[in-house]
Amino acid sequence: MAIKETRAGREAHLGDDDLLKIYRYMLLARRVDERSWVLNRQGRAAFVVSCQGHEAIQVGAAYSLRPGYDYVYPYYRDLGITLTLGQTARDQFLSLLARREDPNSAGRQMPGHYSSRELNIVTASAPVGVQYPQAAGTALAFKMRGEDGVVLTCGGEASTSGGDWHEAMNFAGIHGLPVIFLIENNSYAISVPEKMQIAGSIAGRAAGYGIPGVEVDGNDVLAVYKAAKEAFERARGGDGPTLIEAKTYRLTAHSSDDDDRRYREREEIEEWRQRDPLVRFERYLEEVELLDEENKEEIEAGIKAEVDEAVEYAESAPQASPEEALDLVYAEG
Amino acid sequence: MTTKSLLQAIGEGLAEEMRSDESVMVLGEDVGRAGGVFRVTEGLQKEFGPERVMDTPLAESLIVGAAIGLSVNGMRPVAEIQFADFIPPAFDQIVNEAARFYYRSNGAWSCPLTIRVPYGAVHGGALYHSQSVEAWFCNTPGLKVVAPTYPADAKGMLKSAIRDPNPVLFLEHKRTYRLIKEDVPEEDYAVPLGEARVHREGDDITVVAYGLVLHTALEVAEKLSGEQGIEVEVVEPRTLYPLDKETILRSAKKTGKVLIASEANLTGSVSGEIAAVVAAEAFEWLDGPVMRLGAPDVPAAAFAKPMLDFFVPGEMEIEAAMLELARY
Repeated sequence: MAIKETRAGREAHLGDDDLLKIYRYMLLARRVDERSWVLNRQGRAAFVVSCQGHEAIQVGAAYSLRPGYDYVYPYYRDLGITLTLGQTARDQFLSLLARREDPNSAGRQMPGHYSSRELNIVTASAPVGVQYPQAAGTALAFKMRGEDGVVLTCGGEASTSGGDWHEAMNFAGIHGLPVIFLIENNSYAISVPEKMQIAGSIAGRAAGYGIPGVEVDGNDVLAVYKAAKEAFERARGGDGPTLIEAKTYRLTAHSSDDDDRRYREREEIEEWRQRDPLVRFERYLEEVELLDEENKEEIEAGIKAEVDEAVEYAESAPQASPEEALDLVYAEG
Repeated sequence: MTTKSLLQAIGEGLAEEMRSDESVMVLGEDVGRAGGVFRVTEGLQKEFGPERVMDTPLAESLIVGAAIGLSVNGMRPVAEIQFADFIPPAFDQIVNEAARFYYRSNGAWSCPLTIRVPYGAVHGGALYHSQSVEAWFCNTPGLKVVAPTYPADAKGMLKSAIRDPNPVLFLEHKRTYRLIKEDVPEEDYAVPLGEARVHREGDDITVVAYGLVLHTALEVAEKLSGEQGIEVEVVEPRTLYPLDKETILRSAKKTGKVLIASEANLTGSVSGEIAAVVAAEAFEWLDGPVMRLGAPDVPAAAFAKPMLDFFVPGEMEIEAAMLELARY
């Protein structure tokens, strides 16, 4: 397995700095997520929806985007994407604690419903799959103006079960739109396992729309990076959409309100923890001698300080006044 | 000024906006080469090309969803839903998405998007080419719902809808497309959204109506004036959500008697909301019950003409309701 990873790294043409940056984003996503659960279990945060297990997919895919130019339609697990694009740990805790300064929604939406005008992260919803037709429309605007912008849109495997996904894939195929559909297949939709959700293969469905479909190991960050980069290049070059199915496993319960002991075995989770994308990338970086005990501790300490500061800042930040619930129903002008 | 039908006025409004703003575009089923099943978009694809006047797959959620995505990336899309009856698949995209983008992003993302929706009962339309769906959308904050009836208003309000930074559902009564003609200004003008129009002044009773029923009510009002000296004030909301309460209440306080009429199913209708506003805010001025006239609570107009005519409030029912109210 290690040999395959090393090859992937070389093929990805990433410099040492890039590899360490990718590692840092993945670790930051994991630590922010873990701290969110702690705050929830302490009764300080109402709700957590987790990215754990998805870090390789998210950071790998987002790393070659151009923040603020390309558009992103994330889903509620995409903390790794938003951090890579430029959101911060502070932003995440401001959102988690529903503060006025929460950049996603000023405390209106649940955590995980990302939004940033500056970073072209289009405001995310809770209904599953609605983002796909929207992403296709955004890509159509780029194409109509002859611009080389691309659109990345993401969802779990269950988001391919509804009609919106099909409608968007079909439309993207017809017009050769610069949109990348990234399906983060984490094996579960709350309690429903993949075998009850997906007939055949998600990646295989791309053929029916006449577009490339790529299946990639979602726990291998460099493989995801490479697949996404190639897809973006195709889209920028006018060669249309790509479907990427990145396979992984949801390491936590669906959310802080879910108890996954009701529907899956602990042994199964333990088995997948052995393939944790973060640990796997750490091993790779150690093998290529980019990471050792010393700089690993340094990175960890830096992230811990960042997370500590972010939590402290968010906890002391004010919430919106009750009457602000009345504001911004309609845009003026 | 030239005399135009509602259909021509809307088509002209679209073409003018597309000429003056290259981000304006049209998408929907059969809107391109065919010019739409009602011919509203006739000639547009020839003038503006197949991208700016785009035939979409038969998928309403996609049509509105893609329009949302276009609208957040610099475009001003005008999406067409071929018949109001086919709007349910797009409900999520309209109500949960377009109408909430601005609020849920704390004002970061708005959707300048217009959705044209032909509605209303026509001969032969039956259950799925006849419905009045406005009530489904009139408790959706963040969405504007407009239903102009007359050509000059429709053209001016379409321009306002396209220029508005919010999602606007633009309802066009199919039966009035060719039935109603009037002079429409040639020069560029806009009719603001959110303002009701008083079509006819009167002191005896107020009728609030829209769509084909408004057209009929105006004819009945002339008749009652000539034959019985009853002066009916006729108010058209034009925008159904949010309502211009002020104009409606001003008229209610003036006459003290209010009838609200449309061809939508009565229970849970926009008429019910208008009645509630009048009852609560003009109570001390009222001299009679707030009355409503609408379609019976059956699914929709039938294919057979006798049942269709029974479904839509016609001249006789409107006149009877007006006279009943006037007697108080």
